[in-house]
Amino acid sequence: MATTTAERPATAARPRARPPLADRDGFLAWAFLLPSVLYILALVAMPFGLAVAFSFSDVTAGDPSFNYAGLRNFRRAFDDPVFWRSLGNTFLFTTVSMVLIVLLGKVLANILVADFRGKWLVRFLVLLPWTTPVALSSISWLWLLDSIYSPIDWVLREVGLIDPGQNMYWLGRPGLAMASVIAVHVWRLTPLAAVIMMAGLVAIPRDIEEAARVDGAGYWRRMFEVTIPLVLPVVAVAALFGAIFTFTDMAVVRVLTRGGPNDSTQVLASWAFYRGIEGGDVAQGAAVALFLFPLLLAAAIAILRAVRRIEVG
Amino acid sequence: MAGDGSREAAALRRRYAVRHVAGRIGVYVAAILAALLCAAPFLWSLVTAFKQNRDLYNPANNPFMFNRPATSDHVTYLFTDTAFPTFAWNTVWVAVLVVLITLVLGLPAAYALARLDRPWSGPMGIAIFMVYLVPPSLLFLSLSRIVVALGLQDSTWSLVLIYPTITIPVSVWLLMGFLKGIPRDIEEQAMVDGYSRLGAFVRAVIPLMFPGIVAVVVFAATLTASEFIYALAFVAPTDKMTVSTGIPTQLVRGDVFFWQSLQAATVLVALPIAFVFNLFLDRFVAGFTMGAVKG
Repeated sequence: MATTTAERPATAARPRARPPLADRDGFLAWAFLLPSVLYILALVAMPFGLAVAFSFSDVTAGDPSFNYAGLRNFRRAFDDPVFWRSLGNTFLFTTVSMVLIVLLGKVLANILVADFRGKWLVRFLVLLPWTTPVALSSISWLWLLDSIYSPIDWVLREVGLIDPGQNMYWLGRPGLAMASVIAVHVWRLTPLAAVIMMAGLVAIPRDIEEAARVDGAGYWRRMFEVTIPLVLPVVAVAALFGAIFTFTDMAVVRVLTRGGPNDSTQVLASWAFYRGIEGGDVAQGAAVALFLFPLLLAAAIAILRAVRRIEVG
Repeated sequence: MAGDGSREAAALRRRYAVRHVAGRIGVYVAAILAALLCAAPFLWSLVTAFKQNRDLYNPANNPFMFNRPATSDHVTYLFTDTAFPTFAWNTVWVAVLVVLITLVLGLPAAYALARLDRPWSGPMGIAIFMVYLVPPSLLFLSLSRIVVALGLQDSTWSLVLIYPTITIPVSVWLLMGFLKGIPRDIEEQAMVDGYSRLGAFVRAVIPLMFPGIVAVVVFAATLTASEFIYALAFVAPTDKMTVSTGIPTQLVRGDVFFWQSLQAATVLVALPIAFVFNLFLDRFVAGFTMGAVKG
């Protein structure tokens, strides 16, 4: 503090001199931003470039020397039925859970904005699925869907929907396993969607709808010409975040089913991990993971456009 | 006539009152249902954690009740005979270092973007936030080669190095939001009082941002504790694992799951995180939405 006050008379005495570095906004802006930008460039942009390079190479964990291999990895991926299965599953899981996340998220958001006693406790319990590390909540579900001791089966047996001594084998049959994976995704991302929508819905001024009502617009007209256009961008942002976190995730599949039974729940991320880390075929894994990128880019652009519409509206 | 009117008004009032009560009941039913659905797996985990083996492994027993006296043996086992304390310690250790790196790099970056009025501030802020959406599943393979090249494989330092790439983008965005909530007069006054721009930032702005910084610490620490793919790909030895990878992979011997201990561990990690998150939820929402407001 003493040094800065001592410097001041000196700068005041020479008014034409350039201000010291600590006062030059242009310099400070760069000096402040550069470390973060370099960090991200070095550990996000560079690895991304490397991932693209790997997908055209023959790098393996055992032989990390880089040799150009052209499109071989992609050709091998296209010839592999598991790849197509994973791609299809990724789309299926993402689409279905996105729709459910948005619908349930809207319901949950409406509950959370309401006024009631014990709201703190309800909010705490509702946040649990989202804030718990995915791998751990998946372990909780693994036990809930256990092949013998699942309490869901117990309830079904008690109600009489399945015969005594019978089990559903939630994770052991392809259709049920897929439904289980989707259910876990929906369960864990609905609170996030609800929080996003809550924040967005609170920001929409109420008087617009009241003005429309005063102007004599009926319920449906208000619904389609006022409410939906105002709410849509917020819903879109929530949906896209839900989609991104679903299709890039592999923890749920990894913990619940390991891609099984018979690769019926394999997704791109888990398949890339299986090939690249466990199989040691880095190049092949990188080629598979790269298919996440176009989807991601599309989602990111869509988010930007939706956010811009919120700002304008 | 007058009696008719008041009777009509009373009827109307009663109808509104009934509708109001029905609405209130609806809200409570919906809220309780939502809370139960969201917490169901954990509630069942909690019951499981205290069950005896003979109680748990009998499909005929009611899984939601204690059919035999509750026991805390499995929770004790978790702390004394498994690596859970090591996982917890590793997680805390990694989180502390990652949060420190995040703040040291993120605070100045957020200040530059929110306050120093460069023409590129807006697009740059969005670009940095977008990095948050780049998923680990896209980068883990090349990063695992980089980690090997740096000699950090199987060490928690690899996580300390890589996790800031996840936490910095979000934190910069949040901090930008909090900065926009602090009036510019504060640092202008500090500069009139003789501080340099840098001095005003360090001595006047950072102390005022304290609540925002606490929120960022919580958010970044949560992200760090939740990450799974990098932790799984970079670190194989049990004694170096974090809770996120250690609990699902190491509390299993062959095909035998230590279910009670596993569920106890899950609940022990889940509850504190959700608790702290709930405390800060309003602040997170404020930070994220303010970040999008043009300053």
